[in-house]
Order: sequence, then structure tokens, then C-alpha cells
Amino acid sequence: MNAISAIKADGTGRPDFDAIAAWIPRGAHVLDLGCGDGTLLRFLQEQRAVTGYGVDINDGNVLACVRNGVQVIQSDLERGLSDFDDHSFDFVLLSQTLQAMRNTEHIVREMLRVGRAGIVTFPNFGYWKNRLRVLGGRMPLSKNLPYAWFDTPNIHLCTIRDFEDFCAGRGIRITGRTVLTGSEPVTHRANLFGELAIYQFTT
Amino acid sequence: MSTPSTSSAISAAASVGAVTPQTARFDVPLPLRCGRELDGFELVYETYGTLNAERSNAVLICHALNASHHVAGHYADEPGNTGWWENMIGPGKPVDTRRFFVIGVNNIGGCHGSTGPLSINPQSGRAWGGDFPLVTVEDWVDAQQHLANHLGITRFAAVMGGSLGAMQALAWATRYPERLRHSVIIACTPSLSAQNIAFNEVARQAIITDPDFNDGNYREKGTAPKRGLRVARMVGHITYLSDDEMAHKFGRQLKNGRVGYTFDTEFQIESYLRHQGNKFADYFDANTYLRITRALDYFDPALEHGGNLAAALKPVQAGVLVVSFSTDWRFSPERSHEIVHALLKNRARVSYAEIDAPHGHDAFLLDDPRYHGLIGAYFERIHAEVAP
Repeated sequence: MNAISAIKADGTGRPDFDAIAAWIPRGAHVLDLGCGDGTLLRFLQEQRAVTGYGVDINDGNVLACVRNGVQVIQSDLERGLSDFDDHSFDFVLLSQTLQAMRNTEHIVREMLRVGRAGIVTFPNFGYWKNRLRVLGGRMPLSKNLPYAWFDTPNIHLCTIRDFEDFCAGRGIRITGRTVLTGSEPVTHRANLFGELAIYQFTT
Repeated sequence: MSTPSTSSAISAAASVGAVTPQTARFDVPLPLRCGRELDGFELVYETYGTLNAERSNAVLICHALNASHHVAGHYADEPGNTGWWENMIGPGKPVDTRRFFVIGVNNIGGCHGSTGPLSINPQSGRAWGGDFPLVTVEDWVDAQQHLANHLGITRFAAVMGGSLGAMQALAWATRYPERLRHSVIIACTPSLSAQNIAFNEVARQAIITDPDFNDGNYREKGTAPKRGLRVARMVGHITYLSDDEMAHKFGRQLKNGRVGYTFDTEFQIESYLRHQGNKFADYFDANTYLRITRALDYFDPALEHGGNLAAALKPVQAGVLVVSFSTDWRFSPERSHEIVHALLKNRARVSYAEIDAPHGHDAFLLDDPRYHGLIGAYFERIHAEVAP
């Protein structure tokens, strides 16, 4: 489900991957939900010597993970994470997948059940270019939101403010935030100027 | 677990070709789980491909219920007798014999040449028959370990099997954890369900109550419980196919286009089951069938750990690939999940795939591109690991 096209097959040169890696200590045990072809996990294995697993439902992605040397569990995230025990991972990642989940709250709760901390990345719908497209009467189309409205896996798009409200309303503590536009970090008026949001959170 | 006929999709060029079985004799006692012991034993095996100088590319294939050491290729004098996993193992196939040295072995208690009920009991000088001990998955693995020593293999690149063969691959990973890099576990279960045992019991009762059974010593009497074995196999075959697959293959088709108000084979499914039963009763030994179904029943690694499968799998060091098939109701994907769950608990190296295939339990023997693609990709990784 990764919407961003890989810059390099091994994940190097991707600012969002670098931002995630910066939060993960060496040797951490990591679960990557909606892991796609396993590029992120492989990147973290190589950069941070993490152990762990990817989870994906798609046959092609499972095959790609095996090719990539990433351990993968074929499973439907919408059914929860019943294969995984409470607090069995240091980090549970959900990269570019949150907006495609039917039951958003359930998966975030499950992330915090099986992991000590969660990390999500999602395209910020509040980014000014997206706002401009909507003002112009059209749904956004960009590198981070590459799908036409009638053919998109993204059913729960949100803005940075929406996500922070969501966490606040549910007792979820945000412990880190990186906002990027292209490869540049955004610190000022992130909900307007930020294209991609990366959050670290815990209970 | 039905032996597939020669797969038409596989050309002769992609086969390992003519093969010759070999026999290894072990003059060491083999203690068995049942408390008895074999003074010595023989294993019949075949090999395909070449063992590299580092002896790092060996793959052991464990067989399921009715199969044998004849995993791939054919016999020079029997060109139609192809190995039971011919579509999986060979040059350019998922387990590529240009890269791997592949070993097929007939288990003890079997009827394809390894020490079993048909062998001579050295103590009595007569065939073991019904007196051959009950053997278990763990006993088989212990015997296979002697073959590994005999071939000079200290560590397999992988041990692989489907169904009962997968139980052996799992038992290898717990009993001899340092002796395999990978365990490939296909269409498996960590233990039989009550329903599984029930089917096995019906099969056994068919054999045991056959008047020709004679407490298993039928050969001495010049008989064989073929009627019982036939019924046993028919029951087995029902469990290997999914309801959908049976409906697709046979439906309610009639042999003669109309019902005849007889008990002859009128429906095509009856004809299929009888054919399978007859074929099987002609080549398989009833004492072996009894013992193998019992080995299935007894397999339950969690039992010694108070039902805790994760504790039972704690010793596993190998990378594990678990594969299940969506329509396998005999060993369902949920049962494979139990194995995966236990390995995840242990932070073991495990990957899991559920192949959406319509064929039921038998899918593990069939040629499905997603299934074979996955196994091929996994063995690519193993090759990268073990290649000098």
C-alpha cells in the first residue's frame, strides 16, 4: 500500500524512511503493518539491525517480501493482530496505510496493544496544495495522493490537526512528530505546509 | 497425499531424469518413543543434484502418508513411475536441483524398502508383520539424522515436507535445531484434531476388522486385508479434497447417465474412490498404513510442555516458512496459524503464507503458480545464504 514510489529499491534516499529510522534504536523488534514489498523493513534491518516481521494480505507483496529477505506474515489487518501478543514489539509501524484502513481506531488500538510504541505515516490532507485543488473544485492528486477519486484505497484521509485531535480524544500520547515536504522537514504551520506526517505515539 | 500422476505441465527436460534408489544400513540401536528399540535399521533413499564441497546445499524432503523416497525423476526400467513431488523438485523447479542436493528417504515402518513390517525381524528370522513397533514422527526424524551423518551432512540447507512430511520438518527444527538452516512446513498442523483422529480410526478399523488381517500377520497366512485397505484409502481421499473441488471434479455425474437402482458404482465419485482404493491396496502394506496413521495421531509436540506450543518450539533456530491452503479443511489454515503464533511468541524467524487454492489438502502436491513461486523465492534466499 506504499503510495510513494521507492527512490531506491533498498529504501535509501527516502526521507520518510530516514525519519522513522531516526526514532528506532538499533536491534529493536519491529512489526510493519501493510508492509508492501518489505522495502521499509529491509531498510530498517540494514540501517538499524532491527528484527521483526511485515504483515500484508496481498499475495504479490508476500512473495516480494520473501524475495527481499524480509519475514512476512500473510494476514488481513482489518481482522486485527490476533497473531501477536500484548507488548511483544518495541515498535509497530503503519507506513502510508492508516488512510486505507476501514477501522482506523481499531488498528491504532491494536498497534498499542502489541507494541510499546506506534509509528504512523500518512499524507496530510491539509497541505496547501491539496487545499488548493479542493478549492479549485477537484480532489487532490499528487505524489503522496496518486489515486483518482474513483480508484483509491484511501478511504480515511485526514489532516495533521485531525490526527492530533483523534489521539487526544483517545488518551494516545504523541511522543514524536516529523513533517516533511519533499525531503525537507517542516516546522512552521505544519498542517498547511507539510505534505507527509510521521508520528510516534504511545499510551 | 494422493500421488499425482505425471504432471503434463512439466516437460521431461526439467526432470532430474532416471534415478536409482540406494540403501544405507545402520548397525546402531534406535530407541523408539513406544519404549521398544530397533537393533539396527535400513533406510532407502534417493538423491538428486550434487552436494557441494562445503556440504551446505543439502535439502531433506520428508514424505507424507503414502509416499516414499521416490520424490523426483523416474526409474530407467519404469519411465512412468515419476517421483511424488516431481513438479516441485528438479532442474529449474522451485527446489532447483542445479543448486541443491536433494534427498528423499523412506521412513522406518514404511513399505518401500526401509526397515518396516515387511522386513525380517533378526530376532525371529521371520518378517515383522504385526509385531513391528509403533513408530512416531520423532522416531523417523531420529532415523533420518543417522542418514544425514552417513551422507556427511552436518547442517541441511533446509528440511521440507507437506502434511505429515511437514510434521517431520517441524520435529527436525526442535530435535536437531543446529542441524538445519530452514524448515519448510506446508499444509501442516501442530496436532491432529478429534475429527482427524476419527477419520484415521475409521481407516484403521476397516483394516483391522478385515477377516484377512490376522493380527497383522497376514503375509504368513498368504493373505492381505485388501478390502480394509481399500476402504481406508477411500476415507482418506475424501479428506484430501475440498467439497468444492469434489463438486467441480465429479458433481453428481453418473457413470451411465442414469441411476440403476443397484449398489454398483453409479456416481463418478464412487468410481474415483474405488479406483484410488484398488490402486492403493495393490501396492501399500496395511501394517504400514496402520502405523503411519498412528504416527499422525500421536504427533503433538506441545503435549510434553503442558499444551504450550511456544514452549515446545523454543529450541527452533531455523528460519521457518509455513504455508497453508485456504480450502484445506483437513489441516486448516487456522492450525498453521497456531504454529506461526508459537514461533512469533518466540521471536523465531518465520514467514507465513496462505495460498488461496481450491483443491483442499491435496493442494500441496499440485502445481499452483503462487505456491510454487513462493517456494521458489524462499529457496532463492536459501541459495544466496549457503552458496560458497
